[in-house]
Amino acid sequence: MYTPSIIAEAVVNGLLTGAVYALVALGLTLVYGVLHIINFAHGALLTCAMFAVWALSDGLGLNVYLTIPPLAVLFLCLGYGLQRWVIGPASHGDDGNTLLVTLGLSIAIENGLLAAFHADTRTLSGDAAFDVVELGPMLLSRPRLIGFGVAVLVAVLLWALLAGTDAGKAIRAVAKEKMGASLAGIDVRHIYALTFGLGCACLAVAAGLLMPTFYVNPRVGNAFVLVAFTIVVLGGMGSVPGALLGGLLIGVVESLGGLFLGESLGQAGIFVLFILVLLLRPAGLFGARA
Amino acid sequence: MNKPTLAPVAVLLVVLAVVPAFAANTTINFLVSALIVTLAAQGWNLLGGFCGPFSFGHAAFFGTGAYVTAVLQSRYGVNAWAGFAAGIAAGAVVGGAIGWLSFRAGLRGSYFALITLAFAEVFRIVANAVPLTGGATGLLLKLDVRPANFQFASRAAFAWIALGCVVAVLALSIAIARSRLGAQFAAVRENEDAARALGIDVLATKLRAICLSGAVTAAAGGLYAQYFLYLDANIAYGSWISVEALLAVIVGGIGTPAGPLFGALALHALGEATKLFAGAITGIDLVLFGLILVGAIAFAPAGIAGSLHSLSARWRR
Repeated sequence: MYTPSIIAEAVVNGLLTGAVYALVALGLTLVYGVLHIINFAHGALLTCAMFAVWALSDGLGLNVYLTIPPLAVLFLCLGYGLQRWVIGPASHGDDGNTLLVTLGLSIAIENGLLAAFHADTRTLSGDAAFDVVELGPMLLSRPRLIGFGVAVLVAVLLWALLAGTDAGKAIRAVAKEKMGASLAGIDVRHIYALTFGLGCACLAVAAGLLMPTFYVNPRVGNAFVLVAFTIVVLGGMGSVPGALLGGLLIGVVESLGGLFLGESLGQAGIFVLFILVLLLRPAGLFGARA
Repeated sequence: MNKPTLAPVAVLLVVLAVVPAFAANTTINFLVSALIVTLAAQGWNLLGGFCGPFSFGHAAFFGTGAYVTAVLQSRYGVNAWAGFAAGIAAGAVVGGAIGWLSFRAGLRGSYFALITLAFAEVFRIVANAVPLTGGATGLLLKLDVRPANFQFASRAAFAWIALGCVVAVLALSIAIARSRLGAQFAAVRENEDAARALGIDVLATKLRAICLSGAVTAAAGGLYAQYFLYLDANIAYGSWISVEALLAVIVGGIGTPAGPLFGALALHALGEATKLFAGAITGIDLVLFGLILVGAIAFAPAGIAGSLHSLSARWRR
């Protein structure tokens, strides 16, 4: 019953989903690579962005893709402010504290959304989810194809920003050697906040790409955050290409897992995979530093 | 425990022991819930506070204690007290297993926090799916009110048992803090490499901490099962207990024997007060808890116990 064309379709669909996963993971890995902290509020911030997309698109009737640029800018500022004035000062430069502070933020955001929007699951109205493109023997969803394209484009842009611009150079300098960068006249706190903001902007883009085919409720971010952690660990903490490849790989694994194992066990699969990756390859599949 | 915090703890314990004799059922319910969270938090503190590793998944132990207590009774006809003891032992075993896997792989800090979270989630999904635990419909314990059955006609009796467990673990924590084992925990917490250089078996020390921790938190789960006589996967293995156990310790005073008690009582009182003022808005109390976690780390990293200590030190000067 598993004909090659069904499997091929599952693989391609997995790649399409994986690209958006990669975008979520990209924000996380960027923050980890520079600040050396795990941002536990990443999932809650993604949920926040998805609600924002839903409100702008369903409430104000904007085209979903037009909500991405303003929201990306908004989340850049939000992330900047959060790191500069909340997370940074509150954690006194201790990694354990940062983890707890971001955990506290994620609890507050998640339950704030729960209080405001209740536990209902919401989707965008309209039939974008059923808009398909015929590609050879396969029928592919158009919004997911767009998602794939934009996610890869954003990853390339981010990589170019890190490689080519002055801000990117400063970010890489801080990631490599905080003290040295500071001595060279780089404002480390500004760079930390900027990096955190860029990570949040990735989330806003991911939210815009997810919403046409996905749903949002106050807890939806939790599902993504462990997927994103898995990708980040797989790809090597702090590595941009690693996050992209890891994301695509996880997308395919999840899609094939769902095909062969069914829905409910596939849910546990992602956590089991995460545990196995941490236990067996904590340095990542591509051999980056731990 | 140092002298300055001993007096308030003793007063608090006496008050907690007297209140159930006179209080209304709602007050006792509040007290039992707070004491169960205290016990879970005491477990968290033995690992995270005394020995160092922060867990985000203590629900794994709480749920195991609860389910073993409940399943042994309802499916295999085991006596409730024996089931409770088996639940505690199972908590230690699960703690040992998770600890052995993750500490041996060298996971520390955020990595350890995340893997414990993942374990708790796997347990939750499995408990929600398999028939043994009643799946998604949950598990109802038969009402059969006899002390031999760990069920009591008066709620006060249950409050005293929960308080007894809390006091026992408090005494155990004080004893550990003063013992050689406590010194080894502290050495591992402060600097693993230095501890190893001093000849401490770091892996064995951490395993002792996580087994103890798992057993204590499992006892909290067992008490929960016996008091409410109902379990489902989202209660037993839900992230709420992981969060509350951790939060009570941070707010109360990390690494101090009495911290979990202060923290759990303060948080529960606050949660009730919020519900009173904000009404039935779901999640509003947790918003406050999240903000308190951020605030506690920013402004009072030593928690209530630490603040009491420095207050009394200032008083004496």
